[in-house]
Amino acid sequence: MFTKGTKRKFSDPGEEPASSGDPGPAAPSAAARTLSSSYSLQRQSLLDMSLIKLQLCHMLVEPNLCRSVLIANTVRQIQEEMTQDGTWHIMTQALAAAQCPADRLVATEVLCRQTDAAAQAGQSPKPFSVVGLQEGYHSEEVVMEGDVETEVTMSSLSPLSPQLSSASYLTGPFEVGPCWEEEDEEEDHSESSEPSLMSEHSRHPALEELFSDVDPSYYDLDTVLTGTPKMGPYDLLESLSSHGPTALSSSSSCRSDLNELDHIMEIIVGS
Amino acid sequence: NRAVFFAGPGGGSSDVQWYFSQVKGAMDDDVAEADIISTVEFNHSGELLATGDKGGRVVIFQQEPESKNQAQCRGEYNVYSTFQSHEPEFDYLKSLEIEEKINKIRWLPQKNAAQFLLSTNDKTIKLWKISERDKRAEGYNLKEEDGRYRDPNSVTTLRVPVLRPMDLMVEASPRRVFANAHTYHINSISVNSDHETYLSADDLRINLWHLEITDRSFNIVDIKPANMEELTEVITAAEFHPNQCNTFVYSSSKGTIRLCDMRASALCDRHTKLFEEPEDPNNRSFFSEIISSISDVKFSHSGRYMMTRDYLSVKVWDLNMETRPVETYQVHEYLRSKLCSLYENDCIFDKFECCWNGNDSVVMTGSYNNFFRMFDRGYRQDMTFEASRENSKPQSVLKPRKVSTGGKRKKDEISVDSLDFNKKILHTAWHPLDNIIAVATINNLYIFENKMN
Repeated sequence: MFTKGTKRKFSDPGEEPASSGDPGPAAPSAAARTLSSSYSLQRQSLLDMSLIKLQLCHMLVEPNLCRSVLIANTVRQIQEEMTQDGTWHIMTQALAAAQCPADRLVATEVLCRQTDAAAQAGQSPKPFSVVGLQEGYHSEEVVMEGDVETEVTMSSLSPLSPQLSSASYLTGPFEVGPCWEEEDEEEDHSESSEPSLMSEHSRHPALEELFSDVDPSYYDLDTVLTGTPKMGPYDLLESLSSHGPTALSSSSSCRSDLNELDHIMEIIVGS
Repeated sequence: NRAVFFAGPGGGSSDVQWYFSQVKGAMDDDVAEADIISTVEFNHSGELLATGDKGGRVVIFQQEPESKNQAQCRGEYNVYSTFQSHEPEFDYLKSLEIEEKINKIRWLPQKNAAQFLLSTNDKTIKLWKISERDKRAEGYNLKEEDGRYRDPNSVTTLRVPVLRPMDLMVEASPRRVFANAHTYHINSISVNSDHETYLSADDLRINLWHLEITDRSFNIVDIKPANMEELTEVITAAEFHPNQCNTFVYSSSKGTIRLCDMRASALCDRHTKLFEEPEDPNNRSFFSEIISSISDVKFSHSGRYMMTRDYLSVKVWDLNMETRPVETYQVHEYLRSKLCSLYENDCIFDKFECCWNGNDSVVMTGSYNNFFRMFDRGYRQDMTFEASRENSKPQSVLKPRKVSTGGKRKKDEISVDSLDFNKKILHTAWHPLDNIIAVATINNLYIFENKMN
């Protein structure tokens, strides 16, 4: 109907006979909130979809701030509702207990300021917030799964290679990253939030399921519609599964397309 | 002298029909991304029609004078001038490309023989002068005709150069460049009724410029929070009041419109009026905020009303009443049950524009499947038309279109599932004095006009 070859994880709620054409997981009244598994699943899927959308920002052009803000607000709403009915706590607990393949990198966080990972762990979930990043950052902090204390600082990334810095744009699910980039260096920088929750991102069962059997055209959705190639979340995780700076620099999924580099050079040279 | 076809509304009377007039742009299926139309704007007389595209070009069409042979037949629009307004740039600090796409074009009121317009991409606004040259001087004493300088010793007589007619040449030259004032992406520009100043708005700030001064602008609205983590709302559009040079409005991603008076303070962070309609609790969902985000705001020509466009509707507000709009028109309510899919494919973030006709009796906006909608405020009628190649025979009548929402689809109706969401009409414009409309599909510009039978 809307796109070709797109495999959706759940049917459009509007087509379900049970719901009378309400748009997606409409919040039922608090009093009658029985939290059917169907609603819960749809809400979870919406959360996953939103997080993926936030991560798949344009690498070459600055992302659309309005769109990012709206998606972030949607995630916040879901998080608030899930916190209210207790499912948020359940989900975070389940993620902490889940097993993960050892070679899968958990997440990366851009090193923009010192984060107190230890203090964050074990706290109640903070409200979803948007983190501003320093501009011109040059190194990233890789949080290795199962070893939160170990931090490996990657080598500096050249500012003239956007395809490399794009890899560093992958942050945790609750950090919007470059979409909210700070532009004034003299402004106060906010604390980054919830690095511990980033590790849960890829361990999340529904999200794993999303990655494992999803039709490759799913993350080509944007390509289909807009013709703008984007990195799929699976590609991102794959590209980061090997350690060391060389992995990043040779990452094929991170905009290593030479055509893009040529295009940039053309603009710089002004031809 | 132009006959003004203003008596009839946009189609309320059964005597009035809309006809296909012209279509501009390549008609093949392969659309080059640079050709995607990103803005459409008539000038104040309607004689000129400007389009901007993703490749940074501006194309201006001029209406031919009415032919004397055919009465009541309006002149065609033909290409008048084409120029490259903006080039792609690279922001070295952020390692990001600045698109050359023209986000908005606004004409200045004409003061002399030349025409002026403002065009903007995400970061830079430019003032362009478009002038005609139809004469050139011949017979210089010190220069040859080809421009080479003569040896002064070879000049034996003096003569006065004479002006001779030449083929009409239309030149566009950049007169001002207003740069480096916007950190975020510019979404609106609006010329003030004082004809001396204009505003430019990005996601978080609005700046006031003087047309003569390029190295300074005044910041009049700043909604950037001290802590960017707290950012939940952005500016989506802004416009000056058509008559009151101290008044402007700006809309937000949360569905609010703020009216500001520049006399109140230098920084208009505190609005004079706040227009917001309370949410319908029955329609509440996770998508409520997204679909309430306003994509366009336009004052009526009279200045008494303003119109806003959100994802599913067009609302007309009386400036004297902040609590709710006076009129609400559903553009494509059948999409309400599809919001989840539209969120998935990002269509829910499409920014549709809207426009008034010359006497504020009809409003128009675009939709999907190359449909566009008109709402006649007086006759309380709405019409749906399609801009398509099939309807592109000269003077062919536009057939009203209908989307079937129920189970049974009548003949000639199209079901919601068959709509093409890649064919969206985001930009439409209405001639300020006549019933001529310009409707932009992805890469084509359609011109329609209406006539009395």
